[in-house]
Amino acid sequence: MDDLLADFLTETNEGLTELDSALVKLERNPGDEATLSLIFRLVHTVKGTCGFLGLPRLEKVAHAAENVLGKLRDRQLQVTGEVITHVLAAIDQIKDIVATLGTTGAEPTGNDAALIAVLDQVCRGIKPTSVGAAEPIVQVSSAPEQPAPELLAPEPRLREESAGGDAAPSAPGTASQTIRVGVDVLEDLMTLVSELVLTRNQLLQLARGADGGETGRFTVPLQRLSHITSDLQEGVMKTRMQPIGNVWNKLPRLVRDLARELNKKIELVMQGADTELDRQVLELIKDPLTHMVRNSADHGLETPLARRAAGKPEVGQITLNAFHEGGHIIIEISDDGAGLSVERIKAKALANGLASEAELAAMTEAQIQRFIMRAGFSTAAAITAVSGRGVGMDVVKTNIEQIGGTIDLKSTHGQGTVFTIKIPLTLAIVSALIVQAGGERFAVPQISVIELVRARTGAATDNGTEPMLERINDTPVLRLRDQLLPLVSLTALLRLPAIEAESAGNAVYIVVTQIGGTTMGLIVDRVFDTEEIVVKPVAPILRHISMFSGNTILGDGSVIMILDPNGIARASGVGGDSRAGRLPASGAATLSGPTLAGPADNRVAMLLFRAGDQAPKAIPLGLIARLEDIAGDKIEYSAGLPVAQYRGRLMPLVPMIGMFDPLRKSHSVLVFNDDEQRHANPAGASNGGRCMGLVVDEIIDVVEETLQIALAGSRPGLLGTAVIAGNATDVIDIGFYLTQAFADWFAEPPRIGGADRTGKPARILVVEDSEFFRHLLVPTLSSAGYDVIAVSGPAQALRLHDGGEMFDAVVSDIEMPGMNGIAFVRTLREKGHWMDLPVIALTSHVAPEQIELGREAGFTDYVAKFERAGLLASLQQCLAQPRMATPMALAA
Amino acid sequence: MSLAVAERTEPERLAQDPGGSEKVFVTLMVANQLCGVAALTVRDILGEQTITRIPLAPPEVAGSLNLRGRIVTAVDLRRRLDLPRAAVGQRPMSVVVEQSGELYALLVDQVSEVVSLATQKFERNPPTLPPPWADYSAGIFRLQDRLLVVLDTARLLALAPPG
Repeated sequence: MDDLLADFLTETNEGLTELDSALVKLERNPGDEATLSLIFRLVHTVKGTCGFLGLPRLEKVAHAAENVLGKLRDRQLQVTGEVITHVLAAIDQIKDIVATLGTTGAEPTGNDAALIAVLDQVCRGIKPTSVGAAEPIVQVSSAPEQPAPELLAPEPRLREESAGGDAAPSAPGTASQTIRVGVDVLEDLMTLVSELVLTRNQLLQLARGADGGETGRFTVPLQRLSHITSDLQEGVMKTRMQPIGNVWNKLPRLVRDLARELNKKIELVMQGADTELDRQVLELIKDPLTHMVRNSADHGLETPLARRAAGKPEVGQITLNAFHEGGHIIIEISDDGAGLSVERIKAKALANGLASEAELAAMTEAQIQRFIMRAGFSTAAAITAVSGRGVGMDVVKTNIEQIGGTIDLKSTHGQGTVFTIKIPLTLAIVSALIVQAGGERFAVPQISVIELVRARTGAATDNGTEPMLERINDTPVLRLRDQLLPLVSLTALLRLPAIEAESAGNAVYIVVTQIGGTTMGLIVDRVFDTEEIVVKPVAPILRHISMFSGNTILGDGSVIMILDPNGIARASGVGGDSRAGRLPASGAATLSGPTLAGPADNRVAMLLFRAGDQAPKAIPLGLIARLEDIAGDKIEYSAGLPVAQYRGRLMPLVPMIGMFDPLRKSHSVLVFNDDEQRHANPAGASNGGRCMGLVVDEIIDVVEETLQIALAGSRPGLLGTAVIAGNATDVIDIGFYLTQAFADWFAEPPRIGGADRTGKPARILVVEDSEFFRHLLVPTLSSAGYDVIAVSGPAQALRLHDGGEMFDAVVSDIEMPGMNGIAFVRTLREKGHWMDLPVIALTSHVAPEQIELGREAGFTDYVAKFERAGLLASLQQCLAQPRMATPMALAA
Repeated sequence: MSLAVAERTEPERLAQDPGGSEKVFVTLMVANQLCGVAALTVRDILGEQTITRIPLAPPEVAGSLNLRGRIVTAVDLRRRLDLPRAAVGQRPMSVVVEQSGELYALLVDQVSEVVSLATQKFERNPPTLPPPWADYSAGIFRLQDRLLVVLDTARLLALAPPG
């Protein structure tokens, strides 16, 4: 291809992008003469150059378009959506031809007669017959004082002016201030500068290391070199910076076309178009951004009819907003549409096997909304031509993560959705935290690090304020501000040889990272400095290792791998994206075996242990407060019963098998806590919190598994038998043992409020679809002195209702197949004799918004599923309150 | 960029070009076997280097090293050829070759000299050559007192990801 043609192509491409925006702008402001003449000039230039270069096809199309534009300019034609559509069609044709020109160097053969004929018809003022006419749907802004400067895209060229330049450098005069430089030249420059930075760092390190004498003479020039390098780096980075508007300038056209296609009215607002970022990053976010805007237009915004019905203006708004924030660029894409429907996402997630009912029940609304970024998920009920073509938000997410960015979303039903993308300013140089694990150093990108925590690994003593690394069998966890943080040992994950630090009771460091909505801790041996590093891609033969996003050379000249937190989350099964994952992979958590296969419907984390015989026993992990090893000599006796001093109080120890071997050196103890927030016991004890220790022989493992109780419990203390991790396992009814330690563990609530005035036990209806929870709740409530009836769903409950049964309170699950808890309580509150009953919601997740929703629907209280004490307290409270007069006579 | 192509056709060219000129090789020793790498592909010869281990990498990958600001992946030739590990204390040398724009350091026991060999001394692999050698040898040169195995760097560096 000769140079002349190459230049023509570059120029034409630039002109064409500008044309798109300009035409849409013209459509909005039909009277805008400056824009009109800009368009005319651009098309004219294309036509003129084509003639000169001998490109007849291009010339003819451009000529026909120019004729129309000429008439517009001379006011012989009105600017209407229709006319603009035809001109845009011509521009599209020109683009196609130019694209082929670019690849083959010659004009493709083809016939544009039809297009030209239409244009000529338009030109003569005849309504062309071939195209179905439609009124412009994009809002034609009637207010000319709204010039929408952000719509006028900055010219897609390298800008030498600083970022502070005018938002719309549309005046053609500025063009002479720039020169065209090949991208490869800039890339090479950047590479060289990166090397220079590294060499500078090395020199500085050397100078620091050497002492006295000789080095003194180098200090000053070295400092100068350092400064110049930094300036140079900044300068070169700047040459690669482009305003984000360059990517956005395609969008007005896209949105306009979408609006027509979807019969919606859409206004696109762009803010911060002059925010600059690295052109490499820009290239990479182009497609994700386009896709997201398309999504917003297609899925997000409603039809004008629906909008009017919802009391919103007919014209939907999509807002793009870009700004800098602490070394990152934030891009927000928001729409004022319908918002994400949590219910629909749930249904879809269920249908696609992405999560089980129980898992969904445990999730907050925000967590559920993030499902749309999972692979194989599309919320559009029908697949339209616009989006939902299999390329979903998951691809967008992957693309953004690839450049070290993060994406999050916030959606309010009926009010719209906001996507927030956070990406680094440049890919070339990032700030990273240098850590050590297994004797090797690694870099963790600062963007994903939330905090650093020092934790002890030593024995369970109660001194010191540092948080302690706890282990459930071999799986480490950390309690961080009342949250259980899943931990992953970097050493184990990377299969590095373990170095003493972790095992020897020293402190370890935990790098708390956040990926999407998941927080996770990485256990490392040491933490060094943060360093600016130049990210280099890893060799192709190492690219399959998802744990690394690149490598780099540190100031001391050594090569270091850069960890990819996303990859780590996926590999360790912590990230929400890998349901196929296992338990947090800590080298030895193998006992659980191939536990998970496909989506399970009711997975519960269970602690497996042995006591007495060899048969494994299990207790839901959520019920256990702590696991302790208590030395044999620490066990004392009070009134003949074993107790241990624990956290400043006496903890009764209950041996699981009734026998207690005083000769054993150390005992594994499962600690159960009374809820400390429960009203302080006025009767005497110094504080209300009580605990009990269940002594077992050996803790085996923690597994997460579907719990199906196969055999009902045949003796006290046993809920039943289930198959867990391939073995028949006794599921322990912990309530039985709790009452052994404290006869009144559960007795208190009923004594005060459980029974009604007549002394009859209060009758409780439990509505719970999960058999496991029914098994757990019924004994709990019965042992607390309530009269309990359990049913497996709202339908059965309503049958009891219709049958005239009466209860004192209802305890209901939220997530149930068919009618859910919310709908159930709404039905109850509508009418009937259960109208005023206290109804307590049981949920695995207590999120504020969910509680709000529940309260609105009519729930009296909200209790976390495993919180036995909380449930009892809540019941007590509900029953203590004088209810609206409900004729007790109805009670059967 | 055309290097890879050149290497792949090398055995053929060497074999079918009897009247041809001479080829230049960098000779090296791995476990007492004399080997040669086409000198044109060699970018550098290095003494012992600090090598950063790469967790989870294929076992043949010894790690990566810093060659004047470029990151070079080091491949242990002994492991690649299923040979016993080098004796303790032996300092490996590296032959840095370029492959599809990436640099790789082949860790060898000793780098000897650069020799120019007449192509009529070239022969294809004897069919009895054991697997790892047969896979990575492009052919054999008959020298006066010993044989030189021409290493096919393209195939040597085609490390398949495990699994």
